[in-house]
Order: sequence, then C-alpha cells, then structure tokens
Amino acid sequence: MAQDGIGARVARKEDKRFITGKGRYVDDMRVAGMKHVAFVRSPYAHAKVGGIDTEQARNMPGVLAVLTGSELVADGIGNLICGWMVHSKDGTPMNMGAWPALAPDVVRFVGQAVAMVIAETRGEARDAADVVAVEWEELPTITDPAKALTDGAPQLHPEAKGNLIYDWEIGDKAAADKALSEAAHVTRMEIVNNRLVPNAMEPRAALAQYDAADDHFTLWTTSQNPHVARLVLSAFYNVAPEHKLRVIAPDVGGGFGSKIFIYPEEVACLWAARKTGLAVKWTGDRSEAFLTDAHGRDHVTVAEMAFDANNRITAFKVDTIANFGAYMSLFSSSVPTYLYATLLSGQYDIPTIHCNVRGVYTNTAPVDAYRGAGRPEATYVVERMMETAARELGVAPPELRRTNFIREFPHQTPVIMNYDAGDYEASLSAALSASDYAGFGERKAEAARRGKLRGIGLSCYIEACGIAPSQAVGSLGAGVGLWESAEVRVNPVGTIEVLTGSHSHGQGHETTFAQLVAERLGVPIDNVSIVHGDTDKVQFGMGTYGSRSGAVGMSAISKAIDKVEAKAKKLAAHLLEAAEGDIEIADGEVRVAGTDKKLGWHEVCLAAYTAHNLPEGMEPGLKEGSFYDPANFTFPAGAYVCEVEVDPDTGHTEIIQFVAADDFGRVINPMIVEGQVHGGIAQGVGQAILEGCVYDPESGQLITASYNDYAMPRAHDLPSFKVSTTETICPSNPIGMKGCGEAGAIGTPPAVINAITDAIDNNDLAMPATPEKVWRALRAGATPMRQAAE
Amino acid sequence: MVTVTMTVNGRQVSKEVEDRRLLVDFLREDLELTGTHVGCDTSQCGACVVHLDGKAIKSCTILAAQADGTSITTIEGLANGAELHPLQAAFKEHHGLQCGYCTPGMIMSGVDIIRRHEGQLDEDTVRHELEGNICRCTGYHNIVKAILAAAQEMHGEVRQAAE
Ligand code: FES
Ligand code: FES
Repeated sequence: MAQDGIGARVARKEDKRFITGKGRYVDDMRVAGMKHVAFVRSPYAHAKVGGIDTEQARNMPGVLAVLTGSELVADGIGNLICGWMVHSKDGTPMNMGAWPALAPDVVRFVGQAVAMVIAETRGEARDAADVVAVEWEELPTITDPAKALTDGAPQLHPEAKGNLIYDWEIGDKAAADKALSEAAHVTRMEIVNNRLVPNAMEPRAALAQYDAADDHFTLWTTSQNPHVARLVLSAFYNVAPEHKLRVIAPDVGGGFGSKIFIYPEEVACLWAARKTGLAVKWTGDRSEAFLTDAHGRDHVTVAEMAFDANNRITAFKVDTIANFGAYMSLFSSSVPTYLYATLLSGQYDIPTIHCNVRGVYTNTAPVDAYRGAGRPEATYVVERMMETAARELGVAPPELRRTNFIREFPHQTPVIMNYDAGDYEASLSAALSASDYAGFGERKAEAARRGKLRGIGLSCYIEACGIAPSQAVGSLGAGVGLWESAEVRVNPVGTIEVLTGSHSHGQGHETTFAQLVAERLGVPIDNVSIVHGDTDKVQFGMGTYGSRSGAVGMSAISKAIDKVEAKAKKLAAHLLEAAEGDIEIADGEVRVAGTDKKLGWHEVCLAAYTAHNLPEGMEPGLKEGSFYDPANFTFPAGAYVCEVEVDPDTGHTEIIQFVAADDFGRVINPMIVEGQVHGGIAQGVGQAILEGCVYDPESGQLITASYNDYAMPRAHDLPSFKVSTTETICPSNPIGMKGCGEAGAIGTPPAVINAITDAIDNNDLAMPATPEKVWRALRAGATPMRQAAE
Repeated sequence: MVTVTMTVNGRQVSKEVEDRRLLVDFLREDLELTGTHVGCDTSQCGACVVHLDGKAIKSCTILAAQADGTSITTIEGLANGAELHPLQAAFKEHHGLQCGYCTPGMIMSGVDIIRRHEGQLDEDTVRHELEGNICRCTGYHNIVKAILAAAQEMHGEVRQAAE
C-alpha cells in the first residue's frame, strides 16, 4: 500500500487554507463594480401582495435598482421546480403549486421574498429594503400538517385541493392488516419527528455577473452541486442558457442538504445581473437562513408492529403525514417516500410492510432533505418501535433485535430495497462491548445512590446511500440520473489532476480522493490535486449529498484510473519491449514484473506527451474520463448505544457515554470518517434533546428564528464519542465503499430517546427532550409504555 | 463618518468608515481580511472572534470606532510567518475542522482559552469555555482534542523556556 493510500490517517491537504484564514467562500469574493442585494421579505405567513411602492426606496442613498416579482414574471423567469415526480396511489401525479422566485401576488410563508433592492453597499441595500412599501392583505394561516388536511382549513394552492400534495403508499396493506389481526403482540406508537433547521455555519450567498460583450453569465454560489444548479437554472428557470452559464461553488461552509437546492435568491440575482448589467452579491444573514433555508424532517406517524409468539416481527404498518411547507422544494417529494418508506425494514427480516404517506402544504418554510433525508425519519420510527416492543415483551432490547436481524445477503425487503451486504450482529456486538452494556445495571445503581436516573438506549440503523442507479431512480420518478463523472489528467511530468463532479463542503475530498489516486498509481498525494465545484472546469457532475461522493464519485475516478492505467501499461510495454500483462505500476515506477527493467512513472507520462514513440495507433496524451453509474444503492449500517443521566429535580439530561459502531465498507481515511461520524452524532443529539423549529400556530410566525431561540448543540452539550468501524465490503462498487456522512444523524436520535425514556421509565416523550419535557414526563407519574402493552 | 486607526496583525491602518460600521465588516470589507467570518446576527456563533489587545472578542459585537487605537489580531496574523501557531497545527493534526467556516473563530477562542489557563486545562473546562462558538460539522470532539494538545505543547514550551 502507498504510505498515504487507502486506509491511512492522512492529515487533510485542504486544511492549511482554512486554519490560516485563506479559505475562499462566496461572501469573500469580490468582482469589479460589484453591488449588493437585499431582499424585501414577507412579514406574514400568508398574504395577498397588493401594490408595491418602490418610490421612496429608489431615492435612498446608494440605491441603483428595485425589482419586483411582477417584473420577474413578465421577463419569463420560470417557477421553481420539484425534480422528483411522485404519484398518488390512485395514479394521479402530485399536486404542485407555483413557486415564483419573487412572489408577485401571494406569499405563503414568513420570509418569502417579493422584491429586491440593489445598492452600492450592503447597508444601503438593507436600509432601502426596509422602506419598500408593500400592500399586504393578510390571509388565514395553517402550520400543523394534520390540521391542514381537515375540512375548512386555509387553502394554500389552488392546484392542491385540501392542501394534499399526494397520498402515496408502498407495500401490501391487506397482508399487513391480516398479520396485525393475527399477531401475538402488537406494539403501537404515535411518533413525531421534529422539524429542524440545517444551520450550516456559512449562510447562503450568491454573486452573479453578466458579461454583455460575451453574453456570458457567472454565478458564484453556496451549492453542493454546481452542475445541477446550472442545469436547473437554464432548463427550467430561464435565467441563462446552459452553455453560457458558469456556476462556481468555491469553499462552502457546510451544507447538510440545505445547499443542494436551487433557491429563489440565486435565480433572482442572476436575473437581476442581466437586467441591470451590474454584478450583484447577496449574502444571507442568520435570520434569513432560519426563515428561508429548506428545513428538515417534520413527520407525524402512527406505526404498528406485529410479533408472533417467538418475538419475530410478522408485519409493520406505518401511516405518515409529511409537512412540505409552503412550496415543493427541489427534492422534497422523494424524502418522505422513496428515501423513507423504502428503509422501514431497518436491519430486520420483516415479511410484510405497508406504508402510507400524505404530503401536505402548510404556511411554513419549504421542507426538503436534511442530513440523512428520510433515512433518519425511518430509523427513528423503526428503532423507537423496537425498543418499545422489547420493553413491552419483556425481552432485552439487543435480544429482540438479534431475533429479527437479517442474516443472509443479498436480502430483498418488501419495500424495494435489495440489501447487498452487511453483518448486523458484528456492529451490535462491537457497540455492546465498547459501551459495557452488560455492566449497565451497576452503573444505574451507582447513579441512583447519587440521586440520578440512568438510562441506556440502543439503535440499529440502516441507510441506503450512494443514491442510484439512474435507471432505478428514473423509474421511481427522479428527474435526473444519479451517476457521477470524473476525469483523470496525468500531466507530462507525472503529476495528476483529478476533476470530479462531486463537491466538497467539509468532507475532505481533496485528501481522500488523492489517497485513492496515490494508492492506485503509486504517486505521493502531494502530486495529486482535486478540482471540483466549477462547471467550466469539470465536464459534468451531480454533486454531493446522500453520502454519494465516495461510493459514486470515487468509483467514477477509479474507472477513469483504470483507463489511464491500461494506457500507461500499454505504452510502457511498448517502450520496455515487454508483454502488457507483465507491467506493474507502483512506488513511482513502471516495472516489468520479475525483471529489473523499469521506467520512472514520469518517464512514461512524458513519453505519452512527446509522442515520439507510441504503439501503433495510440493517441498521444494520458487523460481519461468516466461516467460511473452504480449497480445498486449502498447500505451502511451500524449500532449506537447512548447512556444518559437525568437529574430528576431539573429534567436535565447529560449524555454520559455515546458509542457508535458503523459498517461503512472500505474506509479510505479513518480520521476523516470518524470526523464525519462525530458531526452526525452531534446533529442527532441536537435533534433528540435540543433542536426544534417552532412556528406560532395562529400567526405562522417563526418563533425560533435566531440562535437565541433555536438551541444549537454546543461543546458542553456533548460528550467525547467512542466510534469504531466493522467492515463488510460493498460488492456494488469497485472500491467497496458504502458512505459515512449521514450515519451519525440517522442512528443517534432513537438511541438518545430510548436512553432517556429508559431513565425516566416513561415512554411518552417527544423530541427535542428538553429539561422541561423530561421533567413533566417524570412528574406525569404514568408509564404509558406499560399501559400501551397488550 | 469617523476615522479609525488601529494596528491589525502588526500593521497600522487608518480609514474613514460609517459610524455604524462593525469591526467585523471593517476587517472583511475594508481591509479584505476575509478569514474572520460572520455566522449569525445575534452574537451567538463565534465565527467572528478576533483578539483585541490580546483578548478574544466577537468582532460582530463592537463597532470599528470602538476599536480605535487598539491592536487587533485576526486569524491571518496568528502564524509566525510560515510557521503555524501550535493551535493551528493541532487543528490540522487532530482533524479539528471540516468545512472550515467556524475554524478561524474557534482557533482565536482556543488561543485565548489556553492563554488564560496557561495550559492547565481539562476537557470540561475547554467544553465549557467554548460556549460562545458553534461548529455544525465536527461535533467538537476533535476541536477539544486539538485545544488540549496545543495547550500541553505550549505549556511545555513555556516551562522549557523558563528552565
Ligand atoms: S458572527 Fe459574531 S457571534 Fe456570530
Ligand atoms: S468546521 Fe464547519 S462549522 Fe465548524
């Protein structure tokens, strides 16, 4: 193995610029003549937009232009789209209301933009935005998705009668009902998955420039997928033709899903750049992020799980209402359907599953993918059910899971997925032993002597990532293929540039991708540079989300390396007068196996470019590309154990220990993988005990619209984590990788809530389990988990 | 408008700014020192932490005019030429950053924590004193490790120098 190749804990190449303040984020960019944008946003959750008086704003100091929604619509700028078509169970396509980038007639959530001001400075733009006078006519609002479905609820879109976007199902309802009626035991729960705000630390920003001489647009934006942005901006929003638009996503300060989507501000800035001839920059502040970034989760679910007399699951039935907010965002329709219901088998062999999902419009910010996207919601339902069922059945929670584990692969679930490889027993055993699960009783007794309530909770999650193959996702309604592209350019001196369609916003691709190349071609990683995030440099790409960069993005690189390697070997065989099959590439050399005949790697590369002596018919150069379309999803899985102590006087929960044992398949850089898990756990703990997005049910105002009101996990809210990996190699891609980015956010919430409910002996606890809620649950005295037992 | 004069990373600067100009905007916009970041509008996130006369402050919370006559150090001025500050090096070695957005503020806060405790630090203290800085990526585990490691290294150096 190369010293810094696969499996090595290499420090990150990209760190130097970040630790010295030399990162280049969108708001750091400045171009000649750049002006600043501020948006005029709705103070109401639902209102008709009457006249917009821009007169006073236009006369404010520094103001250059004020543009409104009706001008945008008149210029033919298209409505924002949802790129994944889902059909209701009656076969009708989903009901989608129109979403213009600046609302000309109706606003449907607080913060929706109706106009934009362009001024010399940011301060002047904001001052002027404040005095744009809009005639608002308030309309009734609805924020609760279940209530939005009732008769007489305020209606958001004429296209969606009763606020229903779709009524979708998967699986066999009749079989599930039959199994439930014949079961020895049924566990029933109502489970709420709280709405979250992704809160990447870098607020969204967009800088748009139009060059009239060349009729060419450039957009710098905080995006996880610049090519998808270019495609959508061109094909649907009509702001610039694809071949004349360059989208650059430079350093991006975190995404977690929230920067997958193409937002109104990007559309409006590009449109304004052309309309006014000015380069314009908008940088959101945190309040705008809370109001307008796509939120995550927000499900209400009723679940029933049937068991036979041997504690084996016979059926699982799930009914979910998913809140989509006021508009359908880019991928939103797929999140509570194909990314959620298809994972409801968890790690378990369940013969019958039925899931019904109703997607609903409400007067809240649009909801879309957030770290894990559907998988955390599924795992939360499955793992809350398993722990509760174990308590009701009087079985140890690990035992009930073991009884039901899938043990043979490949495994076809009743909900589409075909799990290719896994060893759930291995990760569970690793987590139980790392957490000393067996010794918990003693620790609980010791805590009790100190007046504390100790609890332990388990979660065995599975996810489907490396999202693909294209044909499969196409048949499920996806509007795009989910392959990835790469180009490996070997220079005449032997250094290598890798161009990838993946995008790194903290995941460390500049290092891990280089490690793969180092491993394969025997060069030091410093001789490899990774190019990403620029549509003018990289041929095409689908970006980074759903833990796809490794399994799909690196596989594309691997395929391109295959081609480079084959060509280099053919050339070397010719130069060394040897058989192609005897050539091996390692340690910077190209050798004939079993002899001392060899060339330096750089000598072969140079020969490819001098082209003085190439094999018959070989083209000069050493540069190859690949589009890789995966054979299947990948299925990372793992077991998490959380141990907590609750203070009965205050309801405060302290996480004493958190153990994660994950199976990510092949690991390229363990240090980076651990970091990804840490971050995911922190977000999972955040969801479980701190974070919750709250709208006022009457007015639709966002109550948690700043860090004063929305509890972000801080250093002292978290313990140090014990993380480790077990390994089953993924057979579906050439590297054997599964993906690690979302695991922590998926596996953590049920582990934490299972631990707290264990500590307080009351199962009736919703996320976030704030001290107040825990304190009330403790004082409620009842133990609904036993009452619910049949 | 008001004229402010201060020393920033060892260099004296003097500029006319709007009365309402925040120090962070002065650094980022007027001096083009974009290493100092803005993550919020309520002084909660700490992405903007710099040192004013050697002490950590949130540069989004004071006006440029209030910093008149002071000496400011930003993340760009922390390294000694090509030689990284021990905490910068520790962040890299212990993988204390992912997207890098919170990192300048984290490092500036971390240096201040180490300074105030003269290296006598434990995990609990570090976690508690990082209260003003939010990181969404790392889960803090490696940030805490990096600060403890740098504290030990710097403290060791101090001791050696004293011997
Ligand atoms: S920007 Fe200063 S604390 Fe957030
Ligand atoms: S490294 Fe991304 S916010 Fe801290």
